Amino acid sequence: MSHPSQAAKFLKDEKRAHWHDETLWFVREKRDISSKKIPEWEELRKIASGIKDHVLSNLDNYLAELEKKATENGIHVHWAKDAEEHNKIVLEILKKQKCKAIVKSKSILTEECHLNPFLEKNGVEVVDTDLGERIVQFMKQPPSHIVLPAIHLKKGDISELFHKKLKTQKGNEDPEYLTHAAREHLRNKFLGAKVAITGVNFAIPETGEFVVCTNEGNADMGVHLADVHIACMGIEKIIPRRADLGVFLRLLARSATGQSITNYNSHFRSPAPGKELHLILVDNGRTNQLARDKFKNSLKCIRCGACMNTCPIYRRSGGYSYGSTVPGPIGSILSPGIDVKKYSTLPFASTLCGSCSDVCPVKINIHEQLYEWRQEITKAQGITGKGLSMQLANGIFKSPLAYKISGKMLRATLKTLPNSIIYNPLNAWGKGRDLPATPKQSFKEWYQKNRS
Amino acid sequence: MKVALFIPCYIDQFYPHVGQATLELLEKLNCNVSYPMNQTCCGQPMANSGYERDTEGTTRQFIETFKDFDYIVAPSGSCVLHVKEHQPCLKEGGKEQAEVQAKTYELSEFITDILKVDTIQGSFPHKIGFHSSCHGQRGLRLSSSSELNEAPFNKAKALFAGIKGLEWVELARKDECCGFGGTFAVSEEALSVQMGKDRLSDHLEHQVEIICGGDVSCLMHLQGIAQRNNNQVKFMHLAEILNQAIS
Repeated sequence: MSHPSQAAKFLKDEKRAHWHDETLWFVREKRDISSKKIPEWEELRKIASGIKDHVLSNLDNYLAELEKKATENGIHVHWAKDAEEHNKIVLEILKKQKCKAIVKSKSILTEECHLNPFLEKNGVEVVDTDLGERIVQFMKQPPSHIVLPAIHLKKGDISELFHKKLKTQKGNEDPEYLTHAAREHLRNKFLGAKVAITGVNFAIPETGEFVVCTNEGNADMGVHLADVHIACMGIEKIIPRRADLGVFLRLLARSATGQSITNYNSHFRSPAPGKELHLILVDNGRTNQLARDKFKNSLKCIRCGACMNTCPIYRRSGGYSYGSTVPGPIGSILSPGIDVKKYSTLPFASTLCGSCSDVCPVKINIHEQLYEWRQEITKAQGITGKGLSMQLANGIFKSPLAYKISGKMLRATLKTLPNSIIYNPLNAWGKGRDLPATPKQSFKEWYQKNRS
Repeated sequence: MKVALFIPCYIDQFYPHVGQATLELLEKLNCNVSYPMNQTCCGQPMANSGYERDTEGTTRQFIETFKDFDYIVAPSGSCVLHVKEHQPCLKEGGKEQAEVQAKTYELSEFITDILKVDTIQGSFPHKIGFHSSCHGQRGLRLSSSSELNEAPFNKAKALFAGIKGLEWVELARKDECCGFGGTFAVSEEALSVQMGKDRLSDHLEHQVEIICGGDVSCLMHLQGIAQRNNNQVKFMHLAEILNQAIS
């Protein structure tokens, strides 16, 4: 399914789409207020972007250093070239532990690798412990947003869902009541899991440690109760030194939700006595993206979701309209790198308004990359009707005479044809909009008569 | 100072009065303006659709037409941004192309930055809602972005500041996109119209009399929606207001 048709479907329920837009705009405004309280905000963005540039240029060295230091700290380090390898590594660890149920704290990487269905197929129960993630998991849906996974659902939807799944009172929409029910339910899962999986927000080669940021403390809860902790990270998640964290933690929470800092920023450096700690470093297309000069700095992304909240397209079409694990503007420049055919409509799902680039805490030139992907996609598509019409347009625009004649013909046609023919189903412009009035002469004609 | 008027194709064909207002305004500001007759289109619709490589002929035509002028001025931020950033680099005449790109300006930018006119003196007693086009705002930096932590500025607002009776309305979402986006308006028709409706509502809820902007493309889209829904709000390009205010 292409983005335009998914977006049109989402917009059919105009009231809900409007609510979705307002909700995300509220988060964007919280982010504005919070970021503007810091005088050095733009400086921080510049520094963060510079650090990430540096990391991407020295990724091989930093990864080697991370592996060395982490191993010295007692962490088992694994390498996975793709999603399949990643999932196999996880399963092997679980098999060794004879583990049939795990808890998982929010990790977009495991979503990207489709770990949940893989583990379930292999007889392992997976429980996402982030509240939003648990909600979409109950609904058998993927997250619709990378930070706010259930943002597309209203209180009423969740009340109904919890009534079915957790036997809460029908019609009770009180957030506190519902959260309490979820907590109760999740506590039991935490207590029963031998293995906990988490994502990684930042990995630090200097110390061989990694940092996980959550607002619910669910990563910590899972990890501390389990015997084995498996952390999964994309290879781009590196920041060189512990001191660099100050830059990124200040940017991350403010950009994501407008908070000063995430509630829990937990450092993991070595396993507790008698426990195991595994770190899986996953490529899954990242080195390919790194090799693409025009697109490599998309790998700077720290997954704050700010570009989604600000994007007028995302706000009005919803996360699912993108059909990719990472939706929104950043997803639209990451996904074509994975499968250019499948995600061919995403870079066109933008007006190139540039809000995503201005909001990005690590200064990724998202809208410029969307433009560049358009050029790549049309090349990959070969000869198409659209391409031929563009060549025809170039033929007209490179000749002043051809331009003059076709302009005149266009205006004459619009003037003489009845509205019933102009406003036909093939005229997408005219479905919800009137065409401009047709003047009797062009500016060129006016100028020739009156000024030259 | 020889100034060339660059009138984008859709203004030429559908909004000749905006071209006339731009010409008259620049003349009132004592510029020696002429309109090179051989101009056509800058190539933006093709480039934004992913066919930048097919706009070489169009680009060559553009450079040939405008290269002998000191400045090239257009009443459209979007087309100016295309010329400056998205023309394909021609193998021949690279220096000439770079010069043309460097001396191409959007109208309000040209008045404030090159003519060094801080504000326009005149009278225009109306309540204005201003639509900052994204390409003008975030592309050419004609006004500050709400995302950035920077001192607020707006070149159009500054030009309007000296005009008697003109009331500038602050919108709830001051720099939200209207949903035009060139061919996006057709390929993502449903989204484009919804964005336009929302943008229009922001203006209407603030009871503006005239929706003004520096890009006719955004105005064309918003006006098309307003007309379809029988909204009586008026639309004027920045050049028309400034030109009327002076006379």
